[in-house]
Amino acid sequence: MIWQVDLLILVLVVICALATITTKDLLGASVIFGVYSFMMCLLWAEMGAVDVAFTEATVGAGVSTILFIAAILRTTRRSKD
Amino acid sequence: MKTLQQRYEGRGLGHDLIIQTSVRLMVPFIQLFGLYVIVHGHYSPGGGFQGGVLLGASFILLALAFDIKMSMRHFSERINLVLGNTGALLFVGTGVLCALVGGLFLDYSALTALFPMDAIEWRSFGIFIVEVGVGLAVASIMLSLYWDLSSNGDLEEGL
Repeated sequence: MIWQVDLLILVLVVICALATITTKDLLGASVIFGVYSFMMCLLWAEMGAVDVAFTEATVGAGVSTILFIAAILRTTRRSKD
Repeated sequence: MKTLQQRYEGRGLGHDLIIQTSVRLMVPFIQLFGLYVIVHGHYSPGGGFQGGVLLGASFILLALAFDIKMSMRHFSERINLVLGNTGALLFVGTGVLCALVGGLFLDYSALTALFPMDAIEWRSFGIFIVEVGVGLAVASIMLSLYWDLSSNGDLEEGL
């Protein structure tokens, strides 16, 4: 464990989380959420939990981002009301 | 209403040769790695779930780069149904079989009554069978989640 790397990734995780909940655009928010998942994956791999990091990389950064984007493409740009 | 395909072509976003060629080259290696993760899961990081997601994601990648029909040619809806249910049955069946021959649910060492092998050997082999079942189920459910979500349920055209 290198604490500088941990700190850097943790700061990036917090930045990505804040950006995800403040972004108005749904597509942008889901892409930043993918970046958040990848940063969590790096953090877990760096802390030695390779199994959890593997799950996060496949499910969090891979499939769930695609599912979010597939769901967003079925919505309209602006709400009717 | 215009189809998604026509909307893409109207914006000049058709199929791309570079993406299609690289996906065509990458997909066999992703699938091989997924199978490796499934069958090697009980010795190293990974396992049925992660390997299954990798297998499903390789077909999702085909659907993203080409078309939803392309992934359905390689992994048809019927095979998807059969494999998903086979995986779930393999998992539950192994567990119930252990309970029937005198152990607890998923207590693999009880299977020595069926096939004489060392109890420790059966523990390793039983978790392998369960991992294969989980991998099959997860791969087909991931793929059908993507198909249904991206094509609005009619499986005609994807993203």
